[in-house]
Amino acid sequence: MDLLTCKNLKLGYENITLTEDLSFSVEKGDYLCIVGENGAGKSTLMRTLLRLQKPLGGTIEYNDDLTASKIGYLPQQTIVQKDFPASVYEVVLSGCQNSLGLHLFYSKEAKKRAMDNMARLGISDLAKWCYRDLSGGQQQRVLLARALCATEKLLLLDEPVAGLDPLVTNEMYELIDKLNSEGITVIMISHDIACSVKYAKHVLHIGNEFFFGTVEDYRKSPAGSKYLEGGGHHH
Amino acid sequence: MVTIINTLIDSLSYPFVRYALIVGVLIALCSSLLGVILVLKRFSYIGDGLSHVAFGAMAIAAVVGLADKMILTLPITILCAILLLWTGQNAKIKGDAAIAMISVGALAVGYLLMNLFPTSSNISGDVCSTLFGSMKILTLTRTEVIMSIVLSVVVVVLFIAFYNRFFAVTFDENFAKAVGTRANLLNFLIATIIAVIIVLAMNLVGSLLVSALVIFPALSAMRIFKSFRSVTICSAVISVCCAFFGIILSILLGTPVGSTIVVTDIAAFIVCIIAGKVRG
Repeated sequence: MDLLTCKNLKLGYENITLTEDLSFSVEKGDYLCIVGENGAGKSTLMRTLLRLQKPLGGTIEYNDDLTASKIGYLPQQTIVQKDFPASVYEVVLSGCQNSLGLHLFYSKEAKKRAMDNMARLGISDLAKWCYRDLSGGQQQRVLLARALCATEKLLLLDEPVAGLDPLVTNEMYELIDKLNSEGITVIMISHDIACSVKYAKHVLHIGNEFFFGTVEDYRKSPAGSKYLEGGGHHH
Repeated sequence: MVTIINTLIDSLSYPFVRYALIVGVLIALCSSLLGVILVLKRFSYIGDGLSHVAFGAMAIAAVVGLADKMILTLPITILCAILLLWTGQNAKIKGDAAIAMISVGALAVGYLLMNLFPTSSNISGDVCSTLFGSMKILTLTRTEVIMSIVLSVVVVVLFIAFYNRFFAVTFDENFAKAVGTRANLLNFLIATIIAVIIVLAMNLVGSLLVSALVIFPALSAMRIFKSFRSVTICSAVISVCCAFFGIILSILLGTPVGSTIVVTDIAAFIVCIIAGKVRG
């Protein structure tokens, strides 16, 4: 079953078109990697999928029970967060804000969900730590736990391993892979094509060249072979 | 020592001193609550800009001859707060430039108006007290006191009611928007509350010192505490204590109330830096 389907999407800003005629679909349990050059419109595509921005043309169809507020999002870190005094628990709990509805405070279920997701990502013992005192990898885990609080179905990850060292990067990929095998659909933007190909099921390549299909087909395609020749170090 | 206590008891027997204490503490509470959000959102300069706007509005109110100046200053400041936030988002004129423009503009127009249409013989005294707060203990009319109390209560209630959403939108606006929180609406709410606080606080410390009241307690609390909730509570406690002791000190020493409160805030900030270092 398709979770979401994009037809003839046209992305960009007022006068600038980044990508045209983009059609692809994501099925339940899929692991889709979005790759492409800088400025190809990867982040714009993600913002569009999250309904933060309207497409210039085309349509996105979501499966009935997937409302925008039920998508878990892992954005790139902002400068504001660098020295933000917030405990890990507070950050993770804020992932439940879509279940607040008209209520002012978080329910017991929301608090339990935050605790459960912290346990799931192995950060329960950091609950009272300050977010700014954590390492880069720990911070990403916290933000991932927050994203999981918002969804049980679909995760959108915007360069989840940016700025992490190789060891932690691998841990992060394994973690995402584990979540995917537990049934959560993953859509991920990545610069790291070699790793994307290792873990993903489908690849969407946008920019100068277009490709959408399975990982196996991507390896054989002109776009894929060109980028994979560089050993995945192509930025 | 006995004479000090006697002066204190003596002054507290006057209703206007008690009013000043009540209003001062309430304003300090409100400004410190929002101050945490303001500092973290990198909006500190908006507070500063708005205080100059409030000065300009105050001058216009004086020229027009309004008995209750808040009727004019409040709407104008709120309007500018929304305007600044809106221009900041649309980035036609860069946010910081827009703020600098509006704030110095309002300052100049305000001073010019006060000189062109003097309402009293002591212009520089008027200007000085609008910029730096009352020379002696502030004298508020009954309506001003009631208005201040009502607005303070509204601000505190709104803050508690939207606490979780304010945190979410301050920590990560993009995430908040993505999961369906109406971030723009919350930003406008924050801007409006800030405008209200600045107009209120202007009576207490004057328009140039308002930002100090907003920023110092938040920065002090951030030195010591590590969660948003504890920072917010600590900031409120510091601000209330500093305002209280600042006003008492200004009575005892006969110093201008606004700058005395701010100096108390600075002292608290230094203590917090040391405490933060000790805690590691």
